Amino acid sequence: MLRDHYVFSNGRLNRKHNTIYYTDDQQKQTPLPVEKIRNLHVFGEVDLNTKLLNYVSQFDICLHIYNYYGFYAGTYYPREKTSVSGFLIIKQAEHYSDRHRRVYLASRFLEGGVHHMLRNLRRHKVENEESMYLIQKEYNKSQEALDIQTLMGHEGVIRKHYYQAFAQMLKQDFSFERREKRPPRDPLNALFSFGNTLMYRTVLSEIYRTTLNPTISYLHEPSTKRFSLSLDIAEIFKPLVVDQVILSLINRKTITKKHFDVLDHEICFLNDEGKKRFIRAWEDRLETTVKHRQLKRNTSYRYLVRLECYKLIKHLLGDDVYKPLKAWW
Amino acid sequence: MEHESDRVLEGKILHEESYPRLQEREVLIDNAFKMDHIDGKYVREVKMSSKMQESDHLQMLFYLYQLELRGVQKRGLISYTKEKKTVEVILDNDERAKVKRAIAQAYRVIEQAKPPVVKKLPYCKSCAYFGFCYVREADEYAT
Repeated sequence: MLRDHYVFSNGRLNRKHNTIYYTDDQQKQTPLPVEKIRNLHVFGEVDLNTKLLNYVSQFDICLHIYNYYGFYAGTYYPREKTSVSGFLIIKQAEHYSDRHRRVYLASRFLEGGVHHMLRNLRRHKVENEESMYLIQKEYNKSQEALDIQTLMGHEGVIRKHYYQAFAQMLKQDFSFERREKRPPRDPLNALFSFGNTLMYRTVLSEIYRTTLNPTISYLHEPSTKRFSLSLDIAEIFKPLVVDQVILSLINRKTITKKHFDVLDHEICFLNDEGKKRFIRAWEDRLETTVKHRQLKRNTSYRYLVRLECYKLIKHLLGDDVYKPLKAWW
Repeated sequence: MEHESDRVLEGKILHEESYPRLQEREVLIDNAFKMDHIDGKYVREVKMSSKMQESDHLQMLFYLYQLELRGVQKRGLISYTKEKKTVEVILDNDERAKVKRAIAQAYRVIEQAKPPVVKKLPYCKSCAYFGFCYVREADEYAT
């Protein structure tokens, strides 16, 4: 089983004796099992050289770099081993250029997201009854949207209702007025930002293992963000993975206010201990399995992301009609 | 998808470990097809199990036929090492016709605009592409 490895402290990564060694600032060396790593996430300040990059390429390991505040900076992607498909790219573009086809896919992504939002709110059915009603109503309206702007408008309203209700389900006093992305100004926003970043990385690494082109997207505009297809697919999974991790971290008091730092009274972010706790819960969640109804096998949340890519490919090829994942368990 | 299949990995290791004395390993011809070994007058192929003998046989015929087109005459040996069993394959007129037909049929599939409809077969469950072929969402929409 391949796994993700995270480096938090400062030090040096290098190739030695056919494996990767991590040397911390006390000169202590730790070997990393190169055959077992899928992604290497670097949060600390780390020195590395091209010899290492060549080596990770051989093993198809992606190297993701984050800045001091835990925001994603960029990725070193090994030259693609999986064959690329020009045919699929053309199909992807066709589904983008045709307005109706594009709206179809965009609203399917929203559909999956809304399903999982409602699923989260259903935990406190009585308190959230009104929000759930409003979300459902707005979603129904969104299904009549004929263009992306209208759809995005409905999506905005849905999110507003959702975040309001979400904050009510928290057992700690985390004030949350509205979702603020750049920069996050309070702990809850910081958690969402950090979690969503991890979600985009996860989706992108799964997309990269298929022949899909990550830059052609439907709900999000392809020109605004570089790998916008991962934003599209992440719509379905954010409430299912990120929001559930956040809920459980806060309500079990695994993360409290002391796990946040504030910069210039402005930017709120998770400190190292907070990030570690988040990532531990994150990895656990992604490795959690459910019995897949169609495949009749145990399927991890991470693999569900891959399956979503496969379904999209089949839709683009005209093989099957795309329907988003809707957690049934 | 094959990169991640345990079964594919198992086959790869079996291939690497078996017949260590044979010199020519993983022979790639014209960037088109790769044979496990060449040993004198034999092309050799190592298999994990004899469950798919029919397709193993066709695969070997394909190699022999392709070599013949390039002016090389060989015979084939398929080894089921776990079962201590080896099968010889000879490219005669009947077999030549059979492999040509199979190649033509393969092209017919490749040239279709859409992949053929999924047909569930017993060996699907151990295939590296299982997830791709069989993933769908249930039809009922219960929200």
